[in-house]
Order: sequence, then structure tokens, then C-alpha cells
Amino acid sequence: MSKVIVVTSGKGGVGKTTSSAAIATGLAEKGNKTAVIDFDVGLRNLDLIMGVERRVVYDFVNVINGEATLKQALIKDKRVDNLFILPASQTRDKDALSQEGVESVIEELKADGFDYIVCDSPAGIEKGAFMALYFADEAIVVTNPEVSSVRDSDRILGILQSRSKAAERGDTVKEHLLVTRYSPERVEGGDMLSVDDIVEILSIPLLGVIPESGSVLQASNSGQPVILDKASTAGMAYSDAIDRFLGEDIPHRFMDIEKKGFFKKLFG
Amino acid sequence: MGLFDLFRQDRKKNTAKAAKERLQILIAHEHAMGAGGHKGPDYLPKLREEIIAVIRKYVSVSDNDVNFQVEKGDDFDMLELNITLPDSK
Repeated sequence: MSKVIVVTSGKGGVGKTTSSAAIATGLAEKGNKTAVIDFDVGLRNLDLIMGVERRVVYDFVNVINGEATLKQALIKDKRVDNLFILPASQTRDKDALSQEGVESVIEELKADGFDYIVCDSPAGIEKGAFMALYFADEAIVVTNPEVSSVRDSDRILGILQSRSKAAERGDTVKEHLLVTRYSPERVEGGDMLSVDDIVEILSIPLLGVIPESGSVLQASNSGQPVILDKASTAGMAYSDAIDRFLGEDIPHRFMDIEKKGFFKKLFG
Repeated sequence: MGLFDLFRQDRKKNTAKAAKERLQILIAHEHAMGAGGHKGPDYLPKLREEIIAVIRKYVSVSDNDVNFQVEKGDDFDMLELNITLPDSK
């Protein structure tokens, strides 16, 4: 059974593409045949984060328009088996993604035996974001511990619950909360919303907490999904989230302040 | 917190708490109004209008003084109505 997962947030810049790349890579590492699709038509970026920007020949819109086959457009990852990337086009035509076109691509991926189809949503609640979530079975809502991000996540949840295909047929999209750029120090200091606060406000189950980490920027600089950085806290937190997504019961890590030594405590 | 923090003038207050409270109020309001995809019951806007009209027969309140919230429970939904009455002198 194939599953369509949308990675969405409403707000921009919270880490959707970083998370999509990490999640798709993590699922593939676990042996699942996985495709990750960039829905941000006009502002393609998943290719960069995945480090395949120089291998893009055809894109999502080419496939929808019949200018290329899906096989021609899918980029096979060289690091992880079973991982394929479908880049967005750089056309400025926002209506390039038709509902029928998106559906036909998703159906073809399902028929090809893909276990997971990860849809990297653009920011906003315009057509691209709507197309990314419309066919979803599950949604990973990426949220920063910050008021505007939490509010936008709540609005996206509303759209998932009322306007997705699942909602239209009376089903629900399974929702997961992924908190990114989390800083336990700032939570302790009282100037950042805690994970508990966010869970209480959005009332959806927590999939993972990704700590603020320099390795995320380093990973994007070098076009390596951060989940492949097995030594980094962010990479480990994404790996944990994947295990949880696949049904394992793993305790959350990196949510508390690392113990500081005496001198560090004294001199801050 | 380091030793020197104790001597800093502007020890910040807990703004995260304020953030949480503001979000809770805002999101409850947006749900009740059906913002985003959130749909309250269809009759809600009309109900709100009529209730405000009834209240105004007796006291003068502004739209902002009447706060409607629908909370979804497992077994039931709850309509919470908060009316801030003007100071009676």
C-alpha cells in the first residue's frame, strides 16, 4: 500500500524542504521505495537541498504536460537506494499544476510500487500548497516555536480537515506535528514556546522535535539531507521521527538543556 | 543563567507565556469564525449576531466585548460565550 505524505506548514521558512528531504531520505534508508516531489512551482529548491540540482533534466510540470515520462523526470538518488526526487519546474505559470495532472502522477507512482510519496508543499495557502495536500493520507505539519508559525499551522490543519480529498469523502488525514528550530535554552529562559505549549494549542500528536542546529545549514550548503549527518542532533532527531512514523515507540531527545560545567554556569 | 546575568538591568519577563495566551485566544476566535478551513457550525455567525442584538437591548456592548468560542470535546462540543459588560457607575 502506497501512502501519500504532505509536508506542510502554511508559513514559509520553517523548514518544510529540509524536513521533506530528511523524511524522504529516512524512509528510503529503512528500505521503503520513496519519491519526494517538489510542489513549489516557480521556486524550485528541493533539488538543491537534495544535492541533485545539476541532474535536473525534466520536471513535474513536464510530466503533467506529457513532455516527458515520469521515468525520465525522476532523479534516482546516488546515496540511498529506493530514493527518487521529482523536481518542480521553474515556470512562472502558477496554474501549471492541474488537479488531474497531479493525480495522474501520484497514481503512476503508486502503480510503480512506491511505498511513500512525500509531497513538499510550498508556503502559503495558494494553489500549490492546496495541490500538495489534496491527495494526502498523512500530513506532517512543520512548526517553529513562534506565534505566526503556530497560527499558520492551525490554519493549514483546518484546510486539511475540510478541503483535502480524504475530508471530502468523510475520512481524515492523519496529522503529525514536527517542531523544528527548537531551542531548549530559550524555552527555559521563558522566551520560546515549549513543545508542550504547541501541542496543547494545535492538539495533534507530536512526531518529533528537531533542535536548532548548525548542521542543518551545513547540510543544505553541501546538498546532503541532514538526516545523513548521523553525528548531528538534528540528524538524530529526524531519524527518531522516522522511527516513530514507522510505528516505533521512541522517547523524545534534545528537548532539555545540556548540562553545563561549573565554569560555563558561572560565566554564562 | 550565569552569575553576571544577575546584575543585568533588563531581566526579561516570560514572553513565551504571553505568546501562548495570545495564540489560544486568537485560535479559538478563528475557529469560531470559520477562518482558514476551520468550520464552526453554519449557524454560528447568525447566532452570534442575534445574541449580540439581544444583549444590546439591555446594555451597550461593542462587538469586541462578546467572545464566542466553540470547543470540541470527545463526546460533545461546547459553546462558550464571554460578555464583558461595561462599568456600571
